Amino acid sequence: MADFPAVFEQPELWAIVVLSLQVSLSAVGFATLAGLPLGAAIAVGRFPGRGATIVLLNALMGLPPVVVGLAVYLLLSRAGPLGGLGLLFTPGAMVVAQTILILPIIAALSRQAVEDAWREYDEQLRSLGVEGLRAALTVLWDVRFSLLTAVLAGLGRASAEVGAVMIVGGNIDGVTRVMTTAIALETSKGDLPLALGLGIVLIGIVLVLNAAAFLVKEAAQRRYG
Amino acid sequence: MGLTRAVLIVLALLFWSCVNAQQRFITVASTTSTEQSGLFKHLLPIFEKRTGIQVRVVALGTGQALDMGRRGDADVVFVHAQPLEEKFVAEGYGVRRFAVMYNDFVLVGPKSDPASVGGTKDIASALQKIKAAEAPFVSRGDRSGTHFAELQLWKAAGVDIAKEKGPWYRDTGSGMGPTLNTASAMNGYALSDRGTWLSFKNRGDLVIAVEGDKRLFNQYGVILVNPAKHLHVKKEMGQAFIDWIVSPAGQQAIAGYKINGEQLFFPNAGS
Amino acid sequence: MILPLRLEEVSFSARGRAIIAPLSLELGAGPSTIILGANGAGKSVLMRLMHGLIAPTAGRVLWSGPNTRSKQAMVFQHPVMLRRSALDNVIYALKAAGIARHERERLAREALSEVGLLAAARTPARVLSGGQQQRLALARAWALHPEVLFLDEPTASLDPSATREIEAVIRGFDASGTKVVMATHNLGQALRLGDEVLFVHQGRLVERAPAERFFRQPGSAEAAAFIKGELPWV
Repeated sequence: MADFPAVFEQPELWAIVVLSLQVSLSAVGFATLAGLPLGAAIAVGRFPGRGATIVLLNALMGLPPVVVGLAVYLLLSRAGPLGGLGLLFTPGAMVVAQTILILPIIAALSRQAVEDAWREYDEQLRSLGVEGLRAALTVLWDVRFSLLTAVLAGLGRASAEVGAVMIVGGNIDGVTRVMTTAIALETSKGDLPLALGLGIVLIGIVLVLNAAAFLVKEAAQRRYG
Repeated sequence: MGLTRAVLIVLALLFWSCVNAQQRFITVASTTSTEQSGLFKHLLPIFEKRTGIQVRVVALGTGQALDMGRRGDADVVFVHAQPLEEKFVAEGYGVRRFAVMYNDFVLVGPKSDPASVGGTKDIASALQKIKAAEAPFVSRGDRSGTHFAELQLWKAAGVDIAKEKGPWYRDTGSGMGPTLNTASAMNGYALSDRGTWLSFKNRGDLVIAVEGDKRLFNQYGVILVNPAKHLHVKKEMGQAFIDWIVSPAGQQAIAGYKINGEQLFFPNAGS
Repeated sequence: MILPLRLEEVSFSARGRAIIAPLSLELGAGPSTIILGANGAGKSVLMRLMHGLIAPTAGRVLWSGPNTRSKQAMVFQHPVMLRRSALDNVIYALKAAGIARHERERLAREALSEVGLLAAARTPARVLSGGQQQRLALARAWALHPEVLFLDEPTASLDPSATREIEAVIRGFDASGTKVVMATHNLGQALRLGDEVLFVHQGRLVERAPAERFFRQPGSAEAAAFIKGELPWV
């Protein structure tokens, strides 16, 4: 591992790290925006097929990234239905693929958090005349610290995957090369120390993000109870 | 309040990601061996400086690169399997094929040389010896130009590899790098392009066993994807790239790419 | 005026078990009503049926006026507070009731003041003690100026001094004209706070009498047994 400092001499390292964060954080942003209300609605709603929906949502947490990548590729290819968007082989396609990948994670985990809390809040909210969507959103906001765990799970999945971004991004040097695809490339070129070094950088970044989130959560919980 | 802020942040992120989309660029479907040789890193900045056109290379196997061209997901294809390229043009997916450069393949193998092929210049007899000795041989098996060339060489050796392969023949279905990794790990033989071999860092006990046979010659061609089939193809910029790469300036740039003082690719446009 | 409340042959069963046998009664404005009974007698279920949190399996729950939801409030045994300040919890209830934005803070502060929690207005509600949270729940109910206040064993989880504070607030509600309907198994509390007693036993309304008479001379065998059995803990 004497080679490790050499990782930081890679001129593109900074650009690759920034792009990785852009793509994964954007995907987390979109997936959270859609996933939290979806999870809350399923937690609170009563509709036929609710059980099957929950099972499906939980199962989709394990969507293989490479399958998502393939599906999005077929959609965005010029030969496919959305080819006119010209999104293939751009960071935008990578954000789309990762959003689809982590949406079930965030929705399923927020559904669980809201459903667990719902038993506590349900009667009091109904007594106050608050029902349906408004009640769901109230509980969603109240369990916001537990939701942070769901969001971090999504972020972890997004920053760790290579299958989806490789297929829809094409690992283009300087355009769609992110940490995971760079590691895959260096491994296949036989430059294992460099690949390992990049891997350590990636893990380090995710660790820092998780630590920051943990501190925020602790401080806020102390403050709000 | 909290929600509005969240929406604003997401929109900002969206905008941020889109800012990159302003540049003039073309998409070139090429092969992993070409990219991993480092040629593009050397060549493309020269072209971009001259024309302001960014070249985005998606590196796949030759078969997949041509498929990308068929789907219209690339503007130009740049691969090394002449019969497949000519078929591509004949089917109407490409406008015209131009020869660009050649390099060669080498047969690498363990220093211990279990099949005793070291020193021969005859690739066909070398392959026959490998089969006879049932020495481990790692194939790319991924419809790449290299894979295609390998299959042609087995044919030249009189071996029907599809029928006659045994457990000694490892079909990995992967790129050049992973194939060499596998060969290095199991001390087996493999066919590699010289460029990838020269920049490959995980050699283990592997050395070049056979080189210099005329049949190991590897020709590259470049083709503009047919805009008649795919209206969105960037034909002017794509053609500009092709024109440059076959021009004296482009050819000189190709010749100028060296690893450890050794030239990798030999320009031969016009042949 | 949504009172009087009439229950007509109201019964409730769950999972095949009858929890409330067909029951009819009328609750009028004025006297504070204690629903008394042992644990498991059905007090909580009866209260929830009245408040509309559960629907009866048979029979009807009839109020005498419109807008019944906004004119009732309920305090539960365990206070349920949102993760925000005490003041914001009351404001939340006012918003849900449709009170205009510029009125909410003022009314919320008045309510906190009424229960002696104004100093804790900015404190996160979940950080308050059990007794304080229950007072906050009462403040939240107070702010709505309900016609009827339901309380489901509000002091069962509290220590004696917190219990006294809560009872004082409840008396305040009663004095201001709110109809108090409270479930408890605490005889002393029933005596202290109640004007009339509804004694519930195994899902049936067994006896109804003014509080003093009920304790002096219970009319039913079950009530007598209950009072006798409970007495050591009063």
